[in-house]
Amino acid sequence: MSTKKFLYVNRKAPYGTIYALESLEVVLIGAAFEQDVSLAFLDDGVYQLAKGQSTEEVGMKNFSPTYRALGDYDVNKIYVEQESLDARGLTLDDLQPLTYEDEDDDWAEKDSIKVVSTAEMAEIMEQSDVVMSF
Amino acid sequence: MSQLHTVNKSPLDRNALESAIQHATKGNAVLMIEDGVYGAMQGTQKSAIVSDAIGDISFYVMGPDLKARGIDEARIIDGIKVVDYSGFVELVAKHDATQSWL
Amino acid sequence: MALDVGGKSVETDEEGYLENRDEWTQEIAEAIAVSENLEMSDSHWEVVNFLREYYEEYQIAPAVRVLTKAIGKKLGKDKGNSKYLYELYPYGPAKQACKIAGLPKPTGCV
Repeated sequence: MSTKKFLYVNRKAPYGTIYALESLEVVLIGAAFEQDVSLAFLDDGVYQLAKGQSTEEVGMKNFSPTYRALGDYDVNKIYVEQESLDARGLTLDDLQPLTYEDEDDDWAEKDSIKVVSTAEMAEIMEQSDVVMSF
Repeated sequence: MSQLHTVNKSPLDRNALESAIQHATKGNAVLMIEDGVYGAMQGTQKSAIVSDAIGDISFYVMGPDLKARGIDEARIIDGIKVVDYSGFVELVAKHDATQSWL
Repeated sequence: MALDVGGKSVETDEEGYLENRDEWTQEIAEAIAVSENLEMSDSHWEVVNFLREYYEEYQIAPAVRVLTKAIGKKLGKDKGNSKYLYELYPYGPAKQACKIAGLPKPTGCV
């Protein structure tokens, strides 16, 4: 079976709706099949990666730590749209760092998140074989 | 009549906050809950909708929902009061009616 | 379903996973192991403890591929391989060890 390029597009804030958590679970399940997986965060989806989430008082599961496991699942192409951050008064510093260990570079720890422009994001979408939207 | 308007949608995703503010009359209150709390943040594309209305309308935001989403209280628009669940109940009790903007 | 541990009843789902992760004790772990026909050795515990730590940090039970790799990194190459882990947990290291660790079924494990 040839490897297909999967892109998971995340456009919803966490907690208010189930989309963010559903997407994360589908990504983790899909990652078990060793496809070429990329994640896109745009519009309100960028809120999913906000650092410092603490859900104790709202009585929901805080799934933000699970994004940090994506590197273990070989999901290390995580694209965040600059324009979406700007519209929300956010910068890369407001997001939790996500890293992976590069097998081909003596397991050096590298950043998974790459901030891209809308035009670059469009190109990433264009080049994907399968796009799943959440 | 003094109404409380609750908004639970992100202003960058839906126009619930914008519409609630347009339809709130002087002396009304707007309470941002769930994804609505993103509307309380400074420096977003939609912050002006709130800050422009802050003299006529009282704004409140749910603290637990801010924390869940990792929003530091230091980054909310000046003049918005942070409330907890009992504060929510008090607001509902204090107003003649509550309208939910979904 | 329920599991009887030292006279106390502990709720599990139909596959034997704990309903409430916070109820987990070593004694419960031993009881689940017995129901899986396993005798807990230090090596078994090492995997269970690893899984509990992983869950604590990432809020998920890792898939078997991820578990194998992560164990190898933490406990050494001789343990980070499926042969070793399947010898300890013949019906699937992720599945069985997660159950004993009181964690949900690993995401992606059907």
